[in-house]
Amino acid sequence: MQYLLSVIHDQLELAPSDEMAAIDEFNDRLQADGHWVFAGGLGFPNTATVIDNRGATPVVTDGPFVETKEFLAGFWIIEAPDLDTALKLAADGSKACNRKVEVRAFL
Amino acid sequence: MSGIDVEDAVNQAYHAEWGRLVAALTRRFGDLDLAEEAAAEAFAAAVERWPSDGVPANPGAWLTTTAKRKAIDRIRRESKRDGKHQEAQVLFEDQPPEPLGAVEDDRLRLIFTCCHPALAMPARVALTLRMLGGLTVPEIARAFLVQESAMAQRITRAKAKIKAARIPYRVPSVEDLRGRVSGVLAVLYLIFNEGYLATGPESGPVRADLTAEAIRLTRLVRDLLPDDGEAAGLLALMVLTEARRTARISATGELVTLDEQDRGGWDAALIAEGQALVRERLASGQAPGPYQLLAAINAVHTSARDVRDTDWSQIVALYDRLAGLDPSPVIALNRAVAVAEMDGPGVALAAVDRLASELAGYHAYYATRAELLRRLGRGPEARLAYDKAIELAGNSAEAATLKRRRGQLAT
Repeated sequence: MQYLLSVIHDQLELAPSDEMAAIDEFNDRLQADGHWVFAGGLGFPNTATVIDNRGATPVVTDGPFVETKEFLAGFWIIEAPDLDTALKLAADGSKACNRKVEVRAFL
Repeated sequence: MSGIDVEDAVNQAYHAEWGRLVAALTRRFGDLDLAEEAAAEAFAAAVERWPSDGVPANPGAWLTTTAKRKAIDRIRRESKRDGKHQEAQVLFEDQPPEPLGAVEDDRLRLIFTCCHPALAMPARVALTLRMLGGLTVPEIARAFLVQESAMAQRITRAKAKIKAARIPYRVPSVEDLRGRVSGVLAVLYLIFNEGYLATGPESGPVRADLTAEAIRLTRLVRDLLPDDGEAAGLLALMVLTEARRTARISATGELVTLDEQDRGGWDAALIAEGQALVRERLASGQAPGPYQLLAAINAVHTSARDVRDTDWSQIVALYDRLAGLDPSPVIALNRAVAVAEMDGPGVALAAVDRLASELAGYHAYYATRAELLRRLGRGPEARLAYDKAIELAGNSAEAATLKRRRGQLAT
């Protein structure tokens, strides 16, 4: 079972170096324990571009598809047998990156 | 066997076997929905067949066999209809063929799934009452004054989340057990309290069906986890409270406070059970948690044959220990009520007044203040406090008592 751990934040700032170190350490542990699938930090939402090509020609819009106070700052995709395991890893991830983390299972 | 006897047998089996059946089917088929439906179909079959075939020698085994067959029928039917043959196969292969039967742990697994912290509290309550308690959706909706369709949706959503997010169906590991048990007990205590001090203008003051169900489920948890002190403590607290239920409501529908209750009307058997549990916990020598302390306070109250015999110093001491574990203002308020009996209403009022900002919206804060002011002869202030308490009281019997007490103030 794979889970998406979304890192939620409300400030346009990058993680300071001590947080980056904690995140690296957490990532190493995910890999060592076989939970790692993929992870990444994202550019700020104001650098996003939305493209809608459902019609005749693509429509390009500057900015995120929805303006919110809180936004997706990064994510992990992990492999875990059940929600209890995923929640434990998310708790450690939240501690490491010092942000809230949403846990959602892939279909 | 007469029709009434068969009906009794079905009801008895329903109470005894529903939770066990749903739990065993969930383990076998890995699907709460399927388990619930198959269990319901098995009971429908019992209602239909037992009057003519006779009640089976072992109703539990009959129901289990029937429900399992219903579940397999349902999977076959759905796979044929939807072309979901593959999905059904996966379902079977996914689950190692464990024997259906008397594995006690099944219901324990089910409780931990229904009370999982990833579910919202109202969903945990509803799911526990449906899956383990066997209450129907309309019954649960009535109990919590929620529209039937909304309650059905709440349960459906919870089941969907359990499936999609893969909330596990197992007893948590030793390291997590304590925290998770406390989550289960919180759900059961909430069900009990909603029954004991029912809210809403339409509702009767007490819903005995909810208190009874909460006690039944807590008894089950206590049986399944005999070494858990807080499970024993919660059961003791519930039965000692339930023992006073009938004495607590007067013939005119008013709430009768502890000091005015007819102690001869208390249920002696429940009190004996609760006090034995409290003694058992004391003898264990382990430090008590909040439920055990609350149970001990109730044990002290119920051991006084007359309110004047109450050992208030012991009650205050127990509240002190409780406040050490849980520094909540509600506990401080209850402690003040005991202090009033030991050191007088003036000392208690000073303690209550310190809670003003934290308990500004809590009816019991104003009711307690009103009583203390009345005893101090400060009528006009007492009246204002009664007014506020009546305005905030959610329970109809409680409001009636407060109105009477307000009416008795000297003008």
